[in-house]
Formats: sequence, C-alpha cells, structure tokens
Amino acid sequence: MALRFEVLGRFNRARAAQLTLPHFVCQTPLFMPVGTQGTIKGLTNDQLEEIGCQIILGNTYHLALRPTSELIDELGGLHKFMKWPRAMLTDSGGFQMVSLLHLADITEKGVTFQSPVDGKPMLLTPEESIQIQNRIGADIIMALDDVVKTTITGPRIEEAMYRTLRWIDRCISAHKRPNEQNLFGIVQGGLDPVLRDICVRGLVERNLPGYAIGGLAGGEDKDSFWRVVAQCTAALPEDKPRYVMGVGYPLDIVVCSALGADMYDCVYPTRTARFGTALVPEGVLKLKHQVMARDTRPIDPACGCMVCKNFSRAYIHCLVTKDAMGSQLLSYHNLYYMMKLSRDLHSSIVYGKFPEFVCTFLQKMFPEGEVPEWVCNAMEVAGIDISSCCSPVSSSYGLNLDEKAHAV
Amino acid sequence: MKFAVKAWSNGRARVGTLQLGSIEIETPSLLLSTQKGLPHFISPDLLSSLPSPNSRLLQFSPLHFLDGISPKTISKIGGINQMLGLHDHEFVAIARDSLQCLPSHDGSNKFGPSFETPCGRRLIKPVEYMEIISSMKPSIWVTLADEVPAWVSDKRNASSVDRTVKWLDECIALRQVGEVFGAVVGGSNEQLRQHCAKEVAIRDVSGYWIGGFGLGESMDERPTLLNDNLPKEKPRLTSGLDLPEEVLQGVATGIDLFDSKYIHHITVGGFALTFPLDGIESKISTFQPGDIGSEQVKINLRATVYRKDTTPLVDGCSCYTCKNHTKAYINHLLNVHEMLAQTLLELHNTQHYLGFFHLIRESIKAGKFERFCQRFIADRRDLLVSAAHAGVSQSPLPKQEADYMTLL
Repeated sequence: MALRFEVLGRFNRARAAQLTLPHFVCQTPLFMPVGTQGTIKGLTNDQLEEIGCQIILGNTYHLALRPTSELIDELGGLHKFMKWPRAMLTDSGGFQMVSLLHLADITEKGVTFQSPVDGKPMLLTPEESIQIQNRIGADIIMALDDVVKTTITGPRIEEAMYRTLRWIDRCISAHKRPNEQNLFGIVQGGLDPVLRDICVRGLVERNLPGYAIGGLAGGEDKDSFWRVVAQCTAALPEDKPRYVMGVGYPLDIVVCSALGADMYDCVYPTRTARFGTALVPEGVLKLKHQVMARDTRPIDPACGCMVCKNFSRAYIHCLVTKDAMGSQLLSYHNLYYMMKLSRDLHSSIVYGKFPEFVCTFLQKMFPEGEVPEWVCNAMEVAGIDISSCCSPVSSSYGLNLDEKAHAV
Repeated sequence: MKFAVKAWSNGRARVGTLQLGSIEIETPSLLLSTQKGLPHFISPDLLSSLPSPNSRLLQFSPLHFLDGISPKTISKIGGINQMLGLHDHEFVAIARDSLQCLPSHDGSNKFGPSFETPCGRRLIKPVEYMEIISSMKPSIWVTLADEVPAWVSDKRNASSVDRTVKWLDECIALRQVGEVFGAVVGGSNEQLRQHCAKEVAIRDVSGYWIGGFGLGESMDERPTLLNDNLPKEKPRLTSGLDLPEEVLQGVATGIDLFDSKYIHHITVGGFALTFPLDGIESKISTFQPGDIGSEQVKINLRATVYRKDTTPLVDGCSCYTCKNHTKAYINHLLNVHEMLAQTLLELHNTQHYLGFFHLIRESIKAGKFERFCQRFIADRRDLLVSAAHAGVSQSPLPKQEADYMTLL
C-alpha cells in the first residue's frame, strides 16, 4: 500500500479526508479532471495547479496506443513525461475497449479487441493492463474489470461481477510496484443489490488500498444510481478511499459525497466546455445562445477564476465553438468550478457546516424548490435535512444537462 | 504616443523608442498576432511569461468582431483592453489580418474596401469601421486601405490610391480615439506609392502603415516599393512581411513595426524556431553548409526523431515551454492532436521571434546591421538549399518557405 487515508471530519456518512499519495497530499472529496492523452484539454500544468487540481486521470488505452507505455517507461514514467508534479490515476483500459471499439469481446482470458492501428485482433488481459499501468507509473492504478452497460439485465451482470472478482486476483499478483502504486478494485454488479453485496465483500477481503464503484453513470435512472452508491459506501471500509467512476455532474458529486464517497472523475466539465457550456451555481450557462452576445457580465459574477475575472459572456460568446481559445477558456472555468466544489465540500464537512452547504447548493440550482425526488431520497438516507430548500410538492424534474457524462 | 529615432545603421535601418500608453518599447519590433485580440493559443494568464515590454504590443482585426458582438456591447464593456482583461497591453487595429480577413480587391468600390472574412465577403465603409474603432478604443488604428495585388493594371492601382486617400480623410473626420496610422498603398507601382505617401504625409497622422505587401509582389521589387520617402520622424508599420528575411528587408528600408503571421504559421505547422540568437558575431562565421542537424532554422516537432528526445526545444531558452517540457512530449501532443502542443509552441516561437527582433536592434545600435543581415540571409539560404538538396528536410517546407526557396 502506498497511500495514507486520514478522515479529518465527518457529517453522518459524509467525510472529508486527507489522502496522501506518493506524489501529492490530496484533500477529499475531490474531482479528477480527465487528461486522456497526457494533457488536459489545452491547459498547462501551471494552470492546473493554479486552479487547485490535485490529481489527474490518464487513460491507459489511449496512452498505450500513443506514445506507448514502453516509451513512457523509458522516459521515466508519465509524471516525468508530461512534467506533472502532483498525483495521477490511470484507468484499466477496459472501459475504452468496450465503449470505443465495436468488435470487443470479453472472455475469461481478457478483452479481445480489434487494434485501431492495424485491425488485427488483440487481447488485453488483467496482467497486461497492470503491466502497462506499472510502466505508466500513476499513484493509483485500476484493476481490469468486466464492464457491462448498467441498463443491461440478466445473467450477463452476474457473470461480469464474478469475473471481475476472479480478475482482481490476477491483477493483484501481476502488480509489480505495490509500494509505489495503489491498486484499486472496482465494485461491479449492475443495479442488483445482491450482486453488489457479493462483489463488495469479495473485494474487501482482498484488503486493497482503495475501492471504486464502477458500472454507474451509464444511463441508469438516478434513483438506482444513488441507491447503488449508498449501498456500496455503507459496505466499504471506513479507512479506505472510495471512488465513484465516471461521475461528474456537480449535483451527483454533492449527493455521492453526502453518501460517503470521496473521489470522482468525468470528462463532462471539459467536454461540455468544447460545446460552449459553462458550469455555474445555477446549473449551466450556454454561451452559444444569442442573448449572450449582449451580456457584459462574467460567466459567474461570484467566481474568482481567471476567466471570470477577465472576460464577459459577450466576448466568450464570440469565441465559443469557433476559436480554440473558446474551449480553452471554458475548460479552465469549468475545471475551476469543479475544484472549488471539491474544496467547498471538504471544508464544509471539516467545519461542521455540511448541511448548510448542501442547502445553499440546492437552493441556487433549484431556486423554485424543485429539488428532484431522488436527491431528496438520497439526502434522507445521508441524514441531511434539506426541507428548507424543497418546495412542498417535490417533483422529479431533472437538471437541464445537455449530454451524458460518461468518459470515453 | 511618442516616437524618437535613437540610432541609424549605415543605411536606412533604425532603432527608435516608442512610448505608447503604459509601455515604452524599442523598435524595430513585432506586433503579436491575435485572433479576436488574444494570441491564437495563449490565454491571458500565460502572456505574462513572455518577455516584457516587447510582448505587450498586440495586433487585432476589428473585422473579427463583425459578427458575434456589437460595437454597442463593446462600448459598454469599455473597449478592447477591458474586453480582454489586458490592461498592460497596447492594441493596434489593422483591418486585414492576413489569415482569415484578406483584402478582396475586386469587391471593393468607392464606398469602402471589401474583405474575405469567416462570415463571407464584407464591404466595410469608413463610417462602419470608425464605429467599431470608437467602441474598441485601440491605442493605434490604421485607416482603411484599398489593397490590390501586384498584378492589377495601373488604372486599378491609381484608383486604389485615390480611394485610400479619400477614406483616410473620412476616417480622420470621424476620429474619436487613438493614434492614427495613415495607410499607404500603390501596389507594385513605385510612382503611385510615392504619390500616395506624399498625400498621407501632409495629413494629420501619427504614423504610417505601408500596405499592399504579401499580395503577390516579388521579393526583389520590395526594397524599391518600400522606399516611399515618408518623413523619417514618424513610425512606419507594415503587414504581410512575415519571414525573417522579409522582416530584415523591411528593417533595411526603415520599417519600425511588423504585423507578422510567421509565428502563427510555423506554430500550426508544428514547428519550433531554433536559429541561434546568441549574438550577432558568433555562429555564422563557423557555419558549415552541410551541418544541418545542429544548425537548423526551425525544427519539425512531428518528426519521429523527436519521439524520445528529452531535451528542450532550444537548449538554454528561458521560455515557459523550454523550461518545462521536452521535444518528446510536444511530439506526442502533436501526434494525438492535443491543443496544448500549439500553446507550448506559440509560447516558444513568440519568445524566440522577439529575440530575433532584439538581435536586429542590437546590430543596428552596434553599426553592424548590414553585415548581420547578409550573414543571416546567406546562412539561412545555405541551410534551406542544402536541406532541400540533401533531402534531410523532415517534412515539406511550409508554403511560405517553399515560395522563398523558389526565389533563390
């Protein structure tokens, strides 16, 4: 184990912790921006540090293709290659195989897929995924899991869960750098509480440095989503970090944190930036909209980021979706927003103000008190009274988010 | 604005000081090229890493704002400096940007010049132009010009001069803010240029913009065309002289400010400038024509030789990119089409090209400009020729330089 996890404060199930990794001491809850190919969409390392980014995610699948893990290894690891001084996490590569490639086939041996380079069939085994991640050298590496769509039902879910458990042992024995890199196991089991329970128990038995809740944020209904998170966080050990994979909507992060999760990742903030959408306390702001051409206010008047301090909505409006700078500036703002959200979650828990923070957050996002029912239900389980920001008749009115948050 | 000539070379090249708003710079100097007021890939927080004060003079094209944001909104924001949050920078407005907004001579008529722009061909009347200028409040603005390519008839050329002088009067009559640089045109006709220069010189302008370059004229005829007998006490600005050789040609005829797209062209091509900047005496005398590998003018970062190259773009370079990143990393970013490649290259290339202008000024002050020029050009020609002959050029030369080759 190459991490230390110290809980600094709690509110019921929610916790704020200090996560000490080989390259950085992180404060949780935290959001990890996705730097797929060894860079985060147009931002320099200095800018990432400036906005308070503690840990970034690299995609093993992409890095193994280009520049290849052998080259990264030869040049001293990904930290050195991209000169990123803080923490890093790599995924197993399995998710990209399944989501990006048509001819991916999962067998007991591993994931067979068609090489995007020469079209030949290739096999990614748990051993190989770990070997590649050992070469890349991130602080946290992820076990190869058998990924199925959450919307699928039937025996395939069960098969995938048991296979994930069998593969974790192969991952553990293939892991060559346990003193420098932390291997996280991934809880699978679809939306079935029984399967999830078996998987959590199986993983906890292996005493891993941390655990991820996988197979979510893939289009399942929100009620199923939070119930799985609540079940897993309740069953996972108190003294290990918990990472909900692929979650990136601010509201989801607040709910999951209330339920005791610590880490999140998603391409949503940077992807939505490229489509001209900014994250704001009220939800989202679409800069492409014609009314923005006359709006001289900053994106978020209360935001302290470089973009909000310098630019008007009108100027960003004339950049978005036309010039590279538009997505660069919006990515900066959106990531700043996510980092600020992480910091606010952490400090409100540490200072015993978590319920107040949640209520203020919900009031801004749902000024009419139209907090979705699933949020109310989840908060009840989390033991957080949000009655002050809910209108008497709660509706299941959803957020006006324009796209799916899944990382590909 | 204050301008004073401090030193002359043995010919017409000169070093001056230009005091403009908050900055005082030495000329000859470069105007950083922008897209909508910001360098193409450098966000404002990164601008401060460039050497000051010579990086604080920015070009912009008012035509970039024809669609998207109205003069009324820009006025409300408070002008271009406010709109971009750049309070320590000075802006120079030039209608043509030599990239997206190009003069289209066959669309121009007596009412105004016509330009090909990203939003189609647009005719800009002086009154419209001045409305934008008044809202943007640039430190310097150039009057509208009817620029024609080198091959038009003398009749068309003469009408372009008449129109340009007429629009100059119209623009000055509508002037509210900023220093006026009067446009001098005349295509490839020396007499017409002299005539135009005379007309502009007797009007109330703070400087001159020498137009009509980069539009199909040959490099050989430029020295004559640039010899316009304009009064020597006012600064002369030109657009369309991009390559180092072209800049030297301009400096030799007394041009003080350059609106050059060279950095942009080589940056988007994936190149980094590497020619030696360490003193006007060194290097060139020891140059061996066959020695391409160590004495390149610029390098193509896409080349596979840089895959594992962990050295900076230029050893000892103090730019952000060279202090932090390797050729291998930039090679990877280019391979995977990540925007950070352009950001890092534009930072380096800007600093390097500013260094070239510094060298020019030092050589003039030392009375060695003519020798510096000869050596620089001979050196670079040998490099290009031997590179072409030896076939060691790692990729086709950018179009501009290929054109230059054909002139040799």
